[in-house]
Amino acid sequence: MPKDGGIGASTTRREDARFLTGNGRYTDDINLRGQTYVHFLRSEVAHGRINGIDTSAAEAMPGVIKIFTAADFSAAGGLPCGWQVTDRHGQPMQEPKHPILAEGKVRHVGDPICGIVAETLEQARDAAEAIELDIEELPAVVDMVAALQDGATKVHDDLTSNLCYDWSLGEENLEAVTEAFKNAAHVVSLDLINNRLCANPMETRVAIGDYDPWADQHTLYTTSQNPHVIRLLMGAFVLSLPEHKLRVVAPDVGGGFGSKIYHYAEEAFCTHAAKILKRPVKWTSTRSEAFLSDAHARDHISTVELALDADHKFTALRSKTIANMGAYLSTFAPSIPTWLHGTLMAGPYTTPLIHVNVRAVFTNTVAVDAYRGAGRPEATFQLERLIDKAARELGVEPADLRRKNFINPDQFPYQTPVALEYDSGNFHATMDKAMALADYAGIEARAAEAAKRGKLRGIGMSQYIEACGIAPSNLVGQLGARAGLYETATVRVNATGSISVLTGCHSHGQGHETSFPQIVADMIGIDASQIDLVHGDTANTPMGMGTYGSRSIAVGGSALVKATGKIIDKAKKIAAHLLEAAPEDIELKDGKFSVAGTDKSIDWASVTLAAYVPHNYPLEEMEPGLEETAFYDPNNFTFPSGCYICEVEVDPETGKVDIVNFTAADDFGTVINPMIVEGQVHGGLAQGIGQAMTENCVYDENGQLLSGSFMDYTMPRADDVPGFTVDHSQFTLCTHNPLGAKGCGEAGAIGAPPAVVNAVIDALHRGGHRHVSHVDMPVTPQRVWAAMQK
Amino acid sequence: MYAFDFVKPASLDEAVAALGQEGAQPLSGGQTLLASMKQRLNAPDVLVSLRGIAALKGVSREGDALVIGAATTHATVAAEAASDYPGLAALAGQIGDPSVRNMGTLGGSLANNDPSACYPAGVLGSGATVVTNRREIAADDFFQGMFTTALEEGEIITSVRFPIPQKAAYAKFLQPASRFALTAAYVAKFADGVRVAITGASEEGVFRWAEAEAALASDFRPEALDGLSVPADGMIGDLHGTPAYRAHLVGVMTRRAVAAAG
Repeated sequence: MPKDGGIGASTTRREDARFLTGNGRYTDDINLRGQTYVHFLRSEVAHGRINGIDTSAAEAMPGVIKIFTAADFSAAGGLPCGWQVTDRHGQPMQEPKHPILAEGKVRHVGDPICGIVAETLEQARDAAEAIELDIEELPAVVDMVAALQDGATKVHDDLTSNLCYDWSLGEENLEAVTEAFKNAAHVVSLDLINNRLCANPMETRVAIGDYDPWADQHTLYTTSQNPHVIRLLMGAFVLSLPEHKLRVVAPDVGGGFGSKIYHYAEEAFCTHAAKILKRPVKWTSTRSEAFLSDAHARDHISTVELALDADHKFTALRSKTIANMGAYLSTFAPSIPTWLHGTLMAGPYTTPLIHVNVRAVFTNTVAVDAYRGAGRPEATFQLERLIDKAARELGVEPADLRRKNFINPDQFPYQTPVALEYDSGNFHATMDKAMALADYAGIEARAAEAAKRGKLRGIGMSQYIEACGIAPSNLVGQLGARAGLYETATVRVNATGSISVLTGCHSHGQGHETSFPQIVADMIGIDASQIDLVHGDTANTPMGMGTYGSRSIAVGGSALVKATGKIIDKAKKIAAHLLEAAPEDIELKDGKFSVAGTDKSIDWASVTLAAYVPHNYPLEEMEPGLEETAFYDPNNFTFPSGCYICEVEVDPETGKVDIVNFTAADDFGTVINPMIVEGQVHGGLAQGIGQAMTENCVYDENGQLLSGSFMDYTMPRADDVPGFTVDHSQFTLCTHNPLGAKGCGEAGAIGAPPAVVNAVIDALHRGGHRHVSHVDMPVTPQRVWAAMQK
Repeated sequence: MYAFDFVKPASLDEAVAALGQEGAQPLSGGQTLLASMKQRLNAPDVLVSLRGIAALKGVSREGDALVIGAATTHATVAAEAASDYPGLAALAGQIGDPSVRNMGTLGGSLANNDPSACYPAGVLGSGATVVTNRREIAADDFFQGMFTTALEEGEIITSVRFPIPQKAAYAKFLQPASRFALTAAYVAKFADGVRVAITGASEEGVFRWAEAEAALASDFRPEALDGLSVPADGMIGDLHGTPAYRAHLVGVMTRRAVAAAG
């Protein structure tokens, strides 16, 4: 292996050079000749009937080219949902149309009504103010519980109710679960809210549509995590454009966190309008628009109950959740509270009987979809808060209660009662490591010292497991996915030995341009600087499903191993020909092919040159050239796991919580680049701490977003998070992919929230506030103070 | 943002003349005005920048008082007032973030009188005098409720004269998102009494807490405030704090300001 650039090397991120010197090329940096600008006139009311739209005065305004309404998209389809959930009665979910521009009704503040295209953005905005809207305001459905009551105002008139689906997992166990609760020695119950979030990547969304009449070719430049998915969804379902006539480019993207997975109305608008107008059409979201149009996240109300026997073994778990879908179904929304949530309810524990019920509901709010972790943070929060509460009620150490119920290392593969088969893990090892690094045993002394300073100090842990490496296509197909979830890689070796790796994954902060070449460098034994990664453009990369669900290394990296393996097989045959030996006698080491047991050898570049200048080449046996593609469809999910320990100090006078220590011990399997993995954990922890401590999307009863700017939506800042202690030494390999890698992108956001809240509860109890059994996230100073007052 | 004309006069007289035009508004650091214009919530026809008037800038000692020009940035006050009036300099150094502190000005903050801004507490708590192109206004008369001041049409703040107290400190509890004051207290001890000004808490904007002033006048220690509280009625309630929480913080922050003043 190349000492600085192979698997396991903390190679410096090569993409940072351009980012840090201002040479990144983001979608908004692209400006096309003859470009026009679109501004969307968005609904100011949460729910209303559109009785009329008068654009006549606006159309006469300077610079206005065309004002589009829903009528201009009558031939287009609605924005598709990529996952159909089947309810507990075997019926498909209710799936309303999601038009590009509002048809007949507006259903949330920010719902786009008109697209005003003008020569300049300011002209478009001026014209928007001259449009006369006649909208009859209707009662807004905001509260999820009220939305499900009989007679509630309907978000979609053509649906039978606001219920999208009533889904269960473990329905066959329902009676046994009920029986187990009856027979339990202890039952613990907890009501929880998983707070609504807005991802807020640093770069807001941008779309530029372009149409080339010479080639009858559409191009969409967009801020996407998965350009091929956008090409498929928009081409096939919305605009009826075949793939060979539609190119989707996602250049440098400034963070996604899930919010840039989905196919959004603005993308279809710009693509379509560019052809109508025969000029490029550009849209750049403002931050205010992002709050009103990016998919939001989480937003669950849950009740979760645990049954334990006299020996404190978990005997059954019951979880009931109401999940907000918002006004329309975003691309993967239905799958998040179901298959990415219910299936994680076993956690790392041997609970034999589990029943999960989820009712998804439409409301007059922005659509809700996946965000870093997506379903798994909600499941982990329920479990790890509940177990913490159980330990407190039983008077046992929370770590001991967890250990008593862990799936032990010798029990893998382990079939859970909620559909997943875990292939590997060692929960004791990560817990031991985290407790040692955090000096868990020393909390008493530290709490006593803090008390002298007037602070309440507490410690809390969470032990998470997540399902990543999404996903086996045939399995997710059975569960309702309308797409496959394989990944692809093409390894294009050039004549002089340099390599272009083409992937269907997309890098928007993950450092793929550094870590993917490390895999190839490691396998061939050449320097990683000879290898470049190409991604983000459907015109020059193979069909792939993109980047989310901590899948890129586990799935895309595995495709890359397969493709590189094919390259090595062929290169060995060429080398064998050149060395006049049998292919099976050829060894590849440090970029050199040699004949086993001899001193005969030839270097990598000589072989690659022979492939493209085949003067001395077995042409009768092999084609020239050295380029291979592999598709990799995983056999199973991967299961990263770990133990997080958070230590806080609470100011009893103000309720303010400071995180003073945070330790993360993760099992990610094989780690390609430890430095990048550490960075991914840091980012995930910051977002998990953001959810736990600061972030909250709040609507008022009329459906107005109260937290619609950074003046009220509290993104975590550098001084809100501590220095982290991160460890990934206690790993077990993924057993079913060639790298043994599990994925690391979401772990921090999954494991952190319950660790933070558990630590706060511990601090309050140590401070004598023993009546406090829970504080909802975000644990703001006001909430913590109010909890102490009761 | 709508189109507007922009003028940057070099003298106060020129500025006053320019502000006589229809639809003219003064611009100082622009930390509130420009943001509202970008959102199309404010549409002046003419922006009259006060930043080119040298007479409006600077920090100077005049006898027992510190005089600060209205167009002086928070960063300048934080640096240049530190030796003469450290309590006020510390307050200025806690406003916003570095970019806000290097653009925002004392006069702009006072004229806007945001109920959660820091400077109104420093000015009211110091018993300062607001000097305009027309007159001098005592701080007690200047602040007239949320976003409302004694300033008349066309009247420009030129400077603020701060009597320098024996001791002073500002204790600010951050609104976590905006980092304005969720509730903050400015406490200043003079030879003839103590002033306590509270910002961020009341729907009426900055106010003096008379009971606390009386208690501290005879015993300038945090313990002197034990048992004192302000009613929750009239306190701001929003996403970040209920009226009861803010009323509670008034007491906590005042005690902390007294402790910090030493």
